[in-house]
Amino acid sequence: MCRIGAIKSKIAFHPSSALHLMLPQQEGHDNSGFAMVMQDLEGTFADCKDKPLLSLACTQKGAAMVEHFMETNNFTPVHEWIPRGVRQPGLDIKAMPYYIFRAYDYPEYYRNASEEAKAELLLDIRLSLRALLEAEEQGYVYSFWPDVLTLKEIGDPRDIATYFKLWDNNGNLMAKNVVVQCRQNTNYDIVRYAAHPFFLQGYTLCANGENTFYTKNKEYQKSLHRGYVGFESDSQNFLYTLHYVLNVLKWPIKYYKHVITPLPFAEIAKRSDHAELTAIRQSLGHLEINGPNTIIGMLPNGSMVTCCDSKKLRPVVVGGDGTTIAISSEVCGINQILPNRNQELDIYPNEREVVVITPELEVERWKQ
Amino acid sequence: MEAIRTQDVSINDLPWKIEYSSARCTMCGSCVSACSFNAIEAAMERRSMTISTGHQPEPSQRHRALPVIKQCASIANACVGCGMCEKVCPNNAIKPVRNLDSRVNYLNRSGGAPVKRGGRNAIFSHERTLDKIMVGRISQMTDPALDSERHTFDILAPFGRVLLPHELPLASNGQELTLTGKTPPVNWIYPVIFSDMSIGALSTRAWEAVALATAYLNEKHNLPVRMCSGEGGMPIKLLKSEQLKYMILQIASGHFGWNRIIQAMPHMQVDPAGILIKIGQGAKPGDGGLLPAAKVSKTVQAIRGVPKADLLSPPNHQGLYSIEESVQKMFLSMNAAFKFRVPVAIKCAASATSVSVYNNLIRDPYKICGGFFIDGIQGGTGAANEVSLDHTGHPVLSKIRECYLAAVKQGRQGQIPLWAGGGVGLTGNAAADAFKLICLGANGVFIGKLLIQLCGCVGNEHGRCNACNTGNCPAGICTQNPRLVKRLDIDKAAQNIVEYTLALNSELKKLMAPVGNSSLPVGRSDALVTTDKAIADKLGIQYVC
Repeated sequence: MCRIGAIKSKIAFHPSSALHLMLPQQEGHDNSGFAMVMQDLEGTFADCKDKPLLSLACTQKGAAMVEHFMETNNFTPVHEWIPRGVRQPGLDIKAMPYYIFRAYDYPEYYRNASEEAKAELLLDIRLSLRALLEAEEQGYVYSFWPDVLTLKEIGDPRDIATYFKLWDNNGNLMAKNVVVQCRQNTNYDIVRYAAHPFFLQGYTLCANGENTFYTKNKEYQKSLHRGYVGFESDSQNFLYTLHYVLNVLKWPIKYYKHVITPLPFAEIAKRSDHAELTAIRQSLGHLEINGPNTIIGMLPNGSMVTCCDSKKLRPVVVGGDGTTIAISSEVCGINQILPNRNQELDIYPNEREVVVITPELEVERWKQ
Repeated sequence: MEAIRTQDVSINDLPWKIEYSSARCTMCGSCVSACSFNAIEAAMERRSMTISTGHQPEPSQRHRALPVIKQCASIANACVGCGMCEKVCPNNAIKPVRNLDSRVNYLNRSGGAPVKRGGRNAIFSHERTLDKIMVGRISQMTDPALDSERHTFDILAPFGRVLLPHELPLASNGQELTLTGKTPPVNWIYPVIFSDMSIGALSTRAWEAVALATAYLNEKHNLPVRMCSGEGGMPIKLLKSEQLKYMILQIASGHFGWNRIIQAMPHMQVDPAGILIKIGQGAKPGDGGLLPAAKVSKTVQAIRGVPKADLLSPPNHQGLYSIEESVQKMFLSMNAAFKFRVPVAIKCAASATSVSVYNNLIRDPYKICGGFFIDGIQGGTGAANEVSLDHTGHPVLSKIRECYLAAVKQGRQGQIPLWAGGGVGLTGNAAADAFKLICLGANGVFIGKLLIQLCGCVGNEHGRCNACNTGNCPAGICTQNPRLVKRLDIDKAAQNIVEYTLALNSELKKLMAPVGNSSLPVGRSDALVTTDKAIADKLGIQYVC
């Protein structure tokens, strides 16, 4: 079983907090990897918040290919962080030769383009880079988005942290939001793309569980959007549906839960909005999920959302102290990083509940 | 001594021979009166007997005339193996036995007419792909199975045209979505439809039994099962009743019964559950319908508004020459008839061209086709030319899969619900058949032959009975002969259907629970495995060994 977590704070924090959140839960996550998405960055990228930031792991050849491609497409690098790994013996990490985090300026002719046009461009570039690197097996590109940094690696999370010096808080790498997970895919092949969290156009998501409607979801999502690719994990379905409902259909967030775990018909019939819910259930039937699941999502505005499936519930808890709120599979993780919070205010969402943490750190919760 | 006339029909030429024991027979006559085919008769036989009548044994050899039951050596009165004689005989003195040496196929075309019969395909029904597929993806640790007794399941399927998400007329105020326009009608119904068998093909009592079971399942067990009327309309009283909501009205190429349906429209209290336009039937694709005059009783004449005559539904809808035409004319007129409140679906025989038809329907800009019913070669019929029944048609399984995958390719799966029929429940377990078809992409299934088997039909795919076309149905199901119809106990027949459906519902849950799904796993092909490589390749499911 996976363990997933997220931290959202008014004050930027260091990724070691994410490790402290996850390590007490390690019995459940088998220490096979580490992956995180940071959003709303401080530190080294604090001055490039509006510049798309490329996160990639690659070979030397891959780095050259990316450089050439970006140059050809008129993206100008403005700032970069290329961590030098601590290559001490005995570390359990399958490191790639290069990790590149590089902020770019948009091409000249895009500087005044609409946000939508820029979002489409960034997706196209990321997909092209992915195809380019994948074809020659030269690397992985995880995200290309302003103010978002993604790090994924295979190995023991503690050793990965040592390798990337994530234990040392030198103020370089800070963010107000982190979504994190410490395990590689156990159902399918171990590939870096299969590790949560997944990212698409500002939407980040990780999931704990198994989606038994994977085939159904995948077959439907494949034709919905060009960005719905990969499907290395059955949890990518959750991200793509989140993106589809919020970004493509532009529906309010409360309908996400109605899409992935629709109410039984008998319950829908009793509600005043039964016409809408019936229409949604029948038109989006192939995006319904099944199986035991909990998801944690992060939206482009920095909101975080968590909910469970409607039957078999994987656990999740939300707790905070007014400055920082954490979402975690197990409460022991939150106890580690927020020991002084009032535990009586912790929220354990039920099968019909959705919890959203707004950018202002207000907690909204409602029943589907 | 007579010369042997070798061309004369003898009992050994017939498909069934009567095995009779005069020693057990008491000449009660039950078997003769029970045989609706006049295949047996009482006769006298001159026999050599050893008789002793005195106080002391004094055996003597004599010839005596003895009454016996005898099989008729005639094609017209050939025994069909229904076994009614055996059923009524109090002494087990008589029973039909299959005759492997039958020459009936060389004799029954005398007069130059094609051979007709009812039942199912007798050639391709023995090997079923469905039986080579298993539900092989069982949830174990990471995704625990559900409990079929404890959890709730949403076992419902759409009947009606479903729109793509972005086509829904939904307006958002940032918090709520509101429907701002009309969407095509969709009824969520039980994924097993009691399929179209007409009053005419069935006796009024048998049809009534199915209708009774339908209403009972809805009102007492809350299972929204729908029944399709079949071509030929239905009683006025039902058309004007609340129970019309459980019925799917059928219109076929003969348009039988529609005069009365249209006249009843102003008096209808509720809308029917749907309209099913029948283009073709899996058992006899391209061969039209046939209700022999023998079965056109007074009631049937009244309901259909026809005289006593052979009633032929043409093989195609007159004036319809293309799929586009069908969409524009039939769908629009049927939709308009009920003011676009009732979903309209179409039923075709499975065919090498099914995917083209489905593509046409799914790309139709009017979005008014509410379901594509594909009927496979293993479906039953009340009357067909045997050559059609046994040699024309197409299995439903791969066609459902192909249509589903064609929709997947276009991102349109689920928009026109797929319903599969023709052999569902052939071996008796309709739940397993339904579940596998659903995993391959069907939204639901329809069953027909199975229902009449539950009512007492003894016909099978091995040449037993299948005399639905003769009007002499020994079970009182496919006949209008009042004497025979009385054999059918309506309540018992309805009860059998109800109980079977309840068991089927539990069995469906028993299949959904282990794969961990609480709603129907439409298109979940990953749940299925097969030990046959060719089937695995064709259907895109996992090959296992």
